[in-house]
Amino acid sequence: MQPEHHEFLDFLRRHPPFDQLPDDSLEQAVSTLDVAYFKAGTPILDFGAPVDALYIIRSGAVEVLRRSGELYNRLSEGGIFGEFGLLRAGKVRFPVRALEDTLVYLLPAAEFLRLFEQHDYFADFVEVEDRTRLRQAVARREDANDLLSAPVQSLLHRAPLLVAPDTAAQAVALQMSAEVVSAALVVDGASGRMQGIVTDRDIRDRLVCEGLAYDSPVTAIMTPDPICADSDQLVFEAMLTMLKANVHHLPVMRKNQPQGVVELADIIRHESQNSLFLVNSIHRQQSAEELAALLPDVQACFQRMVNEDANSHMIGTALAVIGRSFKQRLLELAEERLGPPPVPYCFVALGSMARDDQTLVTDQDNAMILDDSFEPALHDGYFSRLAAFVSDGLNQCGYPYCSGGIMATNPEWRKRLSDWRLTFTQWIEQPTPQFLLNSSVFFDLNGVWGELRWAEDLYDMIVSKAGQHPRFLACMARNAVLRTPPLGFFKDFVMETDGRHSNSINIKRRGTAPLNDLIRVHALAVGSTSLNAFSRLHDVIDAGILPPGRGQDLRDALEFIAMVRIRHQALDLDTGQEPDNNVEPENLSEFERKHLKDAFQILSNAQKFLTYRYTPNRAG
Amino acid sequence: MLFLPPEPQPNSREPERVDWPARFRDLAVQARDPRLRAFYGAGVVALDTPIAEVPLVALDFETTGLDPARDGIVSIGLVPFSLERICSSAARHWVVKPRSVLREESVVVHGITHADLARAPDLNALLQPLLEALAGRVVVVHHREIERRFLDAALRVRLGEGIELPVIDTMELESRWHRRNTSLLNRLLGRRPPSIRLADSRQRYRLPHYHQHCALTDAQATAELLLAQLGHHFSPDTPLVELCC
Repeated sequence: MQPEHHEFLDFLRRHPPFDQLPDDSLEQAVSTLDVAYFKAGTPILDFGAPVDALYIIRSGAVEVLRRSGELYNRLSEGGIFGEFGLLRAGKVRFPVRALEDTLVYLLPAAEFLRLFEQHDYFADFVEVEDRTRLRQAVARREDANDLLSAPVQSLLHRAPLLVAPDTAAQAVALQMSAEVVSAALVVDGASGRMQGIVTDRDIRDRLVCEGLAYDSPVTAIMTPDPICADSDQLVFEAMLTMLKANVHHLPVMRKNQPQGVVELADIIRHESQNSLFLVNSIHRQQSAEELAALLPDVQACFQRMVNEDANSHMIGTALAVIGRSFKQRLLELAEERLGPPPVPYCFVALGSMARDDQTLVTDQDNAMILDDSFEPALHDGYFSRLAAFVSDGLNQCGYPYCSGGIMATNPEWRKRLSDWRLTFTQWIEQPTPQFLLNSSVFFDLNGVWGELRWAEDLYDMIVSKAGQHPRFLACMARNAVLRTPPLGFFKDFVMETDGRHSNSINIKRRGTAPLNDLIRVHALAVGSTSLNAFSRLHDVIDAGILPPGRGQDLRDALEFIAMVRIRHQALDLDTGQEPDNNVEPENLSEFERKHLKDAFQILSNAQKFLTYRYTPNRAG
Repeated sequence: MLFLPPEPQPNSREPERVDWPARFRDLAVQARDPRLRAFYGAGVVALDTPIAEVPLVALDFETTGLDPARDGIVSIGLVPFSLERICSSAARHWVVKPRSVLREESVVVHGITHADLARAPDLNALLQPLLEALAGRVVVVHHREIERRFLDAALRVRLGEGIELPVIDTMELESRWHRRNTSLLNRLLGRRPPSIRLADSRQRYRLPHYHQHCALTDAQATAELLLAQLGHHFSPDTPLVELCC
């Protein structure tokens, strides 16, 4: 009778990566297992020693060390170790010591390699490079979601209707009818350059209503230099572009050549539900109370995106657009109530909203740029009331007051454009780490309402100055490494690098925030005017200041940590709790823990690189 | 009424001490069955051998009852091991047909049914692989009375001669720390000494709880228990003689 180690089998079935193995393969593996026992404190694997088996912890706990003796990981029941050595020349790379009395199952090298060869899930799980494993996890999720992440190109079902600039308006209308399209692109025959777009609505509003002659050239009724999408942009990005610009048609370009026109209806067909309708409905509400009543819709929209496996960029952008719409509608309502502004102004979003990186748990960070003709005695009463109306309204709508007082209600953060320029110049040219510690949020700045151009100009100035001031970058870098990630997880605890344990982790403070901080420093250094962390990373990678591959690693780490945060908030909503940023390890799957550890490691290494690169005495 | 159990004798093991290597040499000549002769011929390591160098084999029987004269063996599990590694991949497990009747209550314990046994071979047919697996190794059991006496009785019935062999008894080892130091005060207060059954002993060393009860799992569990006991109370240099009897 063949021995059947039922206890071994039952145990492995409960633990990844064995839980995903088919029965026959698992049974074969179990029949090859041996067992070893290590008393607490004894070494299990010594550096450089040969390793001939994968170690699976049956009971007890071990400590995995770096060659330097620094703590690398702690593992308990179900944890595995020795895989690094097995996949790398059969020598121990990470020494291991028993932390408690420990019983381990030993899976022989040959059997380990068989499982590695035959089962992708197993191979992914034990893959040597932490970064590779994380990339696969991120990629796998993105594959699952090809509809939402489809390029806008995939919505094009025909070539665009192109007309020459001298075509008569009526002739264009006839062609549009014949081809059943609602827009035509005006293209210069000689240069092939697109000059404008004509839509059904232009023919109504600019031709018929205006009483223009039907043989007027199409250039008389077109919208010149329309906003376009790039063919490799994602559908959701095109959707957001249309929302922001309030247009219904978007020419899709590849290398300056029009590929087609996407209509709002195409996107609606594609997306069928969601943030579009919410944004629309935000703009129809008549009071702060009515706006506040939309909070459940915001949460539902968030949950729907999480369930549909949207990535963190999509969710962050969608929620930022929603938040921006609340602000815009509140400002519109405020102006209706208080009358038109006495001098022009720009209402500015700071922090996550500016970065297109919002979640459900976010406070309001905002400020106001005022025209240089602003006279406090004459005008500040108006702007103070305006700011209060918006701030109170946002608080009602689920965006609590900023505890640091970074809000337009604070007179300090309502300044003339010229004063803002002076302030930023001073911050950048005479930086103090202490001051910058609480003001990194100002370096993510985006206009929401009013003179949007001012916010852009101000940000351009910030970016052009920042790159020339190594001391400023060094201060920002120093602050960016103050919040460090934990080492990983041990049992149901968060494990710190010094081995201490805690019950939960603030995934924002220990993960997404330090990542955003460090990406911001690099972005400012290379003169990127992007605000979103993924776009900034793109610019930073293009600038070539990171060692090869590190930018992509950071992208994976940010995506994974951000998704853990987002899923955690969705889980809180599901279980009727107030969403927050505190993630408890017991709510993380074995897979999430492993990948989070990898992502933390990438963050930690990137922080070391940041400190090294932006030392005050080193020219940027 | 006050009842005082007798003081355990500190040196109660001493009289049992046997010079096993010499005994095996004699038995290798005396035994009639060739399989037994081969078993004894493989010998035993010297009694002063450090435990780290002793080849071991954990052995467990499931039986129809507790009396070797009336009851029989229904299954055998064994796992070869050493201080360094338990070779579970080389473990063996056999169901055997007892010559006595299987009692209903013992069916419940090991889940072996009459139907299983009807198909099983007699121990005689398994004696060769069994003794080969034990040869040259020191047998480790939990509660030596069962394995040693049942095996001896089973061989007497089948071969007309019994078997003698040294064993390390993890239950006896456990009793050294948990039965010996029962103080007078504790006995006066009627405090019961801790259980030294296999599962309870394992729990003291935080070894995992095993749900199955078959001879194979129990042999595995016994091997793990010995390694934990050795880790906590002995050193790898402890001579075999201090552990076996």
